Amino acid sequence: MARRARVLIRPKEGILDPQGQAVERALPNLGFSGVANVRIGRLVELEIEDPAALEQICEKLLANPLVEEYELQLLDGNG
Amino acid sequence: MRFGVVRFPGSCDERDTARALSQFGEVRVLWHTERDLEGLDAVVLPGGFSYGDYLRPGALARFAPVMEAVCALAADGLLVLGICNGFQVLCEAGLLPGALLLNASRRFQCAEVELEVENRELPFTCACPERITLLAKHRCGRYYLPEDRLQELQRQGRVVLRYALGERFNGSVVGVAGVANERGNVFGLMPHPEHSVGVGGRSADGLFIFRSLVQALEGNGGDG
Repeated sequence: MARRARVLIRPKEGILDPQGQAVERALPNLGFSGVANVRIGRLVELEIEDPAALEQICEKLLANPLVEEYELQLLDGNG
Repeated sequence: MRFGVVRFPGSCDERDTARALSQFGEVRVLWHTERDLEGLDAVVLPGGFSYGDYLRPGALARFAPVMEAVCALAADGLLVLGICNGFQVLCEAGLLPGALLLNASRRFQCAEVELEVENRELPFTCACPERITLLAKHRCGRYYLPEDRLQELQRQGRVVLRYALGERFNGSVVGVAGVANERGNVFGLMPHPEHSVGVGGRSADGLFIFRSLVQALEGNGGDG
């Protein structure tokens, strides 16, 4: 039975994230102050029969381990 | 001299690459499903947006059937040149170290850039002068490698090209514009030699790169 899973991928600490910077700098113009350290990553949702393979899928394709870190979430429901 | 130019879905510079190379030898354009690279002296992965740059530039192209053959032959010493997106593919495939990230400026940058050729003994640079000017055009060209590995690369002469502007051009660590593998038969660079062949008032310095290839291959001809 396939499980639903979610993979959160984000730039590693210390890696410059120009997208995050752009968003962070735009916020004060919209009247939101006090927001810092905006980092932009990716969210991948999938259904998988063998959740044990997820880690390899992340290492080999979904994330670039040199510059990104990832976090796996197995979701309940859907059987 | 027989060159192969790979074409992935989304490649867009394979024609200019083939045109530039055709003055030096025979060129075969290889569709990404091709597995037979028999008889080629060098393979070029061109610029563009392979597989739409989905996920990360080069991340999906790396799994194309043709890349299996490229990786196998590279291990045997075949000369492999990756330009722009081709460089990104080589990094994703693990044939070259590092990653190419979104430019620090966040912009697609297009400009003729001056480059320092730090290693002029490679098959890709042996006919180059100390400085060359090439057209660069990319959005994800910020080279990154952790400091310790970068120093090792520099010691080994594998940081082959650097932007004369250094980190100021696109945010690449120490201004890296091109790197080679340990053996020196795989080379990737972000700027475009194939767009710098003296057409339309542009620099002709890209020809130095292609002439280097030819010179290296001719030099090797005798010992088969």
